[in-house]
Amino acid sequence: MPNRREFLNTLMRGGILAALGLLSGALLFRKRDENSCSTGFACNSCSKSKSCSLPAALEARQTVWQLDPAKCIQCGRCATSCVMSPSAVKCTHAYAMCGYCDLCGGYFKPGTKTLTTAAEHQLCPTNALKRKFIEEPFFEYTVDEELCIGCGKCVKGCSAFGNGSLQLQVRHHRCENCNECSIARKCPSQAFTRVPANQPSLLKGLGNERMQDAGKKGEVNA
Amino acid sequence: MRKTNLVPALLAFTTLFPKTVFAIQRFPKPEFESAYTQPQTQIPLPRGEFMAYLDVAVLLIALSVVTWLVLKKRSRLWVFAMSIFSLGYFGFYREGCVCSIGAIQNVSLALFDSTFVLPLSVILFFILPLLFTLFFGRTFCAAVCPFGAIQDLFAFKPQALGSRLNTVLGIIPYLYLGLAVLFAATGTDFIICRYDPFVGIFRFTASFGMFLFTGILLLSGIFIARPYCRFLCPYGVLLNWTSRFSRSHLTITPKECIQCRLCENSCPYDAIDIPVTTKSPESSPVMVKKMMMMVLIVPVLVIAFGYAGSRMQDTLAGVDPRVKLAKEVLSGMRDAGSGMRDAGYKMQDAGYKMQDAGYKMRDAGYKMRDAGYKMRDESFEIKAFKASGKTESQVYSEASAVLKKFYIGGWLFGGFIGLAIALMIGGRMLPVYRADYVTNKGRCFSCARCVDYCPVKS
Repeated sequence: MPNRREFLNTLMRGGILAALGLLSGALLFRKRDENSCSTGFACNSCSKSKSCSLPAALEARQTVWQLDPAKCIQCGRCATSCVMSPSAVKCTHAYAMCGYCDLCGGYFKPGTKTLTTAAEHQLCPTNALKRKFIEEPFFEYTVDEELCIGCGKCVKGCSAFGNGSLQLQVRHHRCENCNECSIARKCPSQAFTRVPANQPSLLKGLGNERMQDAGKKGEVNA
Repeated sequence: MRKTNLVPALLAFTTLFPKTVFAIQRFPKPEFESAYTQPQTQIPLPRGEFMAYLDVAVLLIALSVVTWLVLKKRSRLWVFAMSIFSLGYFGFYREGCVCSIGAIQNVSLALFDSTFVLPLSVILFFILPLLFTLFFGRTFCAAVCPFGAIQDLFAFKPQALGSRLNTVLGIIPYLYLGLAVLFAATGTDFIICRYDPFVGIFRFTASFGMFLFTGILLLSGIFIARPYCRFLCPYGVLLNWTSRFSRSHLTITPKECIQCRLCENSCPYDAIDIPVTTKSPESSPVMVKKMMMMVLIVPVLVIAFGYAGSRMQDTLAGVDPRVKLAKEVLSGMRDAGSGMRDAGYKMQDAGYKMQDAGYKMRDAGYKMRDAGYKMRDESFEIKAFKASGKTESQVYSEASAVLKKFYIGGWLFGGFIGLAIALMIGGRMLPVYRADYVTNKGRCFSCARCVDYCPVKS
């Protein structure tokens, strides 16, 4: 009796072991179908990998969350849906695209007549967007990340009336990289995707960006 | 001069009512005369990839150490110390992500979605605890999983629930596992992460509702030890079944059981099986009858629940954002909403005129007006849909593809639940014979509490 039970046990153990082996084999060597690729980021064993616009993505073994500014409609849910408080999504300024306008659609509320830095004229609810005079008629706009809550009000203004240089981005030194991003769940335009960890930005119109190690929290400014 | 150029442009844009227009170089890049240099846009890099492998290394070491402590050292105190370490590292330092429980979803999605990137570290987080359990019992639950560790701190006055309640409540994890795999495989949602009660505690960011739920869970854990592990944890289902066939497992006594009954009430998790020395009183014809019934019950339950699952296709698929969007597009285009509102106004007026005759009609008018108001306010989803340039038919075909997946998934999910229930019934029918007090290999978390109660020392 005990022998038979033991034999059955060993048999089942072997079966489970084989199943686990098969499962991990299937997971390690699964085929990636390039035709079903919707994000353009899943690259291992992709036939387009050589002509791919993101060759670095090939080496990615891990992914992080990022939002595609081209899909973003600035609904404001980034500010409220993140597990972090304030949100890990911040307004990021692609300076290379900026027109340095005096009347900035991202800075001023629509209908503002006197272009001063008075609080009642500002779109930003937290005074995170700073305006600095450079030379006639140019003004520089910088984002104070410590104040920014990622509501996207300035982004909306900038993309509607300006060049669209203000864009929302997940700032990875603040992001927990949750298994499933809680903003992605709420995002109405499916702008959140998993991107290769070594290519973590989907910022548009860059030219002079600088990748920075996320080790030191709070040091990186947009 | 720039300002004068801007104002008409601004006016034009406001009057044209732009949708989301993206990245148009409306204003040229300025040519600065002063010595101004443009600042660089800085992009912070995420946590280094090697850190994920550090986590795997810590997992492997923790599993090995706990297994050694449970099987060889047989020390509750050291197991407890390790559980504090795991709570600190996997819980509060790593903030509960990625965990083995949640990895179920990554693995399920990876099997069905070829574009999904599944890191090696996540595969290892999923497989390693199962492998250890297959050989040494649920030592992962004992002191590696931070969820178990935090609940273990609250098990002050554990009450025995009785075998019936344990079995019935034990069905919930099967439901949870089935739903989690279904929603992950269809790419709908990661419900284990969404309804994770402890991650909000580890990060100090729980919402009020979740905080309340966690609080109730932890406080009920004073009397019902480890409620999440026993009656919710979906990974526990897999560990339970692998542990039943484990090669070596924690034993209460290091040598022979002397039937002293000291360990009888030592297990907070009702995982000690008491001896059943009277042979099953049933005669063989009764047993044959029972066996026949089981042979009938299994396929009947599997098919019945599978059918019920497939009928729940709409309800289950309704969670999916693609299906939600299709429903919204279908039910509420803006014009239809305004039209209904106007109709509502008219009906309301008619209701006033006919006030003597029909108060009821006026109320109906109010209701319709409100419905119209609701529909007039376009949701962000509809706005995003309009901005994306997708056609309605694209949205519908996407949603119907998801619905099809949920039809098959509903059958599989229902069948799985049917099988679980059939096995539960079958398990209770089986005749048992045990001479000694032994750990129930499926339920036992290998916490090693019972070891201290055994007077036999090696």
